[in-house]
Amino acid sequence: MEHAIRRDLRMDDTNGLSTQEHLRLHGVSKRYRIKGGEVLALQEVSLSIAAGEFLTIVGGSGCGKSTLLRIIGGLETASEGSVSLSGRPVAGPGLDRGVLFQDHRLLPWLTLWDNIAFALADAKSARSKNSIQEHIELVGLAGFENAYPHQLSGGMAQRAAIARALVNRPEILLLDEPFGALDALTRIQLQQEILRIWQVERTTMILVTHDIDEAIYLGDRVLVMSNRPGTVKIEIPIHLPRPRPRNSPWFAQVRQSIYREFFTENEILPDYVV
Amino acid sequence: MASKLNAEEMGIAVPEPGRSPSARSGLVPKAAVAWIDTVGRFGESRVSRGLQYVLLPLGIIIVWEILCRSGAVKPMALPSPTKVGATLWSFIASGVLFIHVGVSVLRVLEGFAIATVLGLVLGVGVGISKILARLTDLIIQLLRPIPPIAWIPLAILWFGIGELSKVYIIFLGAFFPIIMGVIEGIRQTDNRYVELANVLEVSRWRFIRKVVLPGALPSIMTGLRVGLGSAWVCVVAAELIAAERGVGFIIVDGREMSQPDVVITGMISIGVIGKLMDVAIKTVQGRLVRWNTQYAGT
Repeated sequence: MEHAIRRDLRMDDTNGLSTQEHLRLHGVSKRYRIKGGEVLALQEVSLSIAAGEFLTIVGGSGCGKSTLLRIIGGLETASEGSVSLSGRPVAGPGLDRGVLFQDHRLLPWLTLWDNIAFALADAKSARSKNSIQEHIELVGLAGFENAYPHQLSGGMAQRAAIARALVNRPEILLLDEPFGALDALTRIQLQQEILRIWQVERTTMILVTHDIDEAIYLGDRVLVMSNRPGTVKIEIPIHLPRPRPRNSPWFAQVRQSIYREFFTENEILPDYVV
Repeated sequence: MASKLNAEEMGIAVPEPGRSPSARSGLVPKAAVAWIDTVGRFGESRVSRGLQYVLLPLGIIIVWEILCRSGAVKPMALPSPTKVGATLWSFIASGVLFIHVGVSVLRVLEGFAIATVLGLVLGVGVGISKILARLTDLIIQLLRPIPPIAWIPLAILWFGIGELSKVYIIFLGAFFPIIMGVIEGIRQTDNRYVELANVLEVSRWRFIRKVVLPGALPSIMTGLRVGLGSAWVCVVAAELIAAERGVGFIIVDGREMSQPDVVITGMISIGVIGKLMDVAIKTVQGRLVRWNTQYAGT
């Protein structure tokens, strides 16, 4: 099955992905101690991400996809296995990995400018100022430098968060359901936006989502994760050219193959798949 | 905390004419409905809102005056408002009141300033250091419930009967609310911001300056407000220690001279100055935490 999809989708292979390995996860497991036992949140996840790749990870809630991202970000440690970035093992957070959270997490008492400057150790230097201005323009918020977060819409606030996450020029941007809290229209807008930014900046991106369309729209590869324990169930390379029309037959085909992964797992809707 | 009453909080419902619940029920005479609706509209206008603030105090003063004039209350127990007013005016006209108020305000500001500095410094230390928190917790919790008045004997032993002992009592009154506000505010720092600072490798000092302190500011300001109020309350207690000036002294003096109108003059001064101080600090608070959308005061 997986084979068939891959063959079908290899119709247009224009991405020209770099094959240089950037991030590597090897046998990563995560156990949580809870009252009266342990929960296995992640089980032996191994994956390799190339420099400049856009990887999307899709899974239901509680499948451990966010945990996986947080382990890569260094916010949590793996119980077993290893994570390495450009050959160096990852221990704790670092500026080489930017994180975009679901909530924009802007500090309410700082202006948009100061919020972005917060990410920089030497925010007062001319270089930093240039970089801040550049990134405000990159996310299309020029003119709002002095606005406070409560004066921004949800979409604008998340754009500001993108600028803050990128202002340190991280090698990898980790996006943890970044558009999940936005309305549908703003979400689509920001998906296009992040795609544009990725094409400009060529930062390696790993985006975790429960939105299958989002995963297909953005990713070079979609990783489908299974529930408890979280494992990589299937990996689907997407070779559709960007921007990807969401109602094209190919898009629908990929969407259905991913749906099937979820619904066979839960043993419902066996006849749904075409 | 005592909050300013406004028309809405006073529960004056503002039904639209003809739609009021009383009209719908049909059980209330039409005239009564009309009256309720009129009152409703009356309660809404700006002038009447202002009136509502003074309505109750004015009523109390009128009743008080009537009770005094009718002889139901002895002047030695409670002098009439006109008598108190006259005494108050003589204090103002002669400038004596301003001397006393000035002395008291200065003492309060001294005690409050020391309490603010120590409260902020110690509060931040205790707030960010677990070890310091454990070391000081028991002491703070044991000293906090002791009313500043209970310290007067020791204060006299340590600092004599001069300015210092009074300032010390006022300091005690202000210190605990302030340090508690600082600690509470720091402890409320959102864990998500801690995570953010970790991801961005923000230094500890910058984290405190940019995240912890601004986040704690609403709570710190509340602590300062309560502390200032408490400091002002303590001024009377402090000035019971052989003071020669101050609003507390007005009261002590009035009692010794058996002049209840003077006592009440002192009490009114304390009330008015306390209110003015609260308004002042509330204004500062509003300015400082303008970003805080939850803030809906003034």
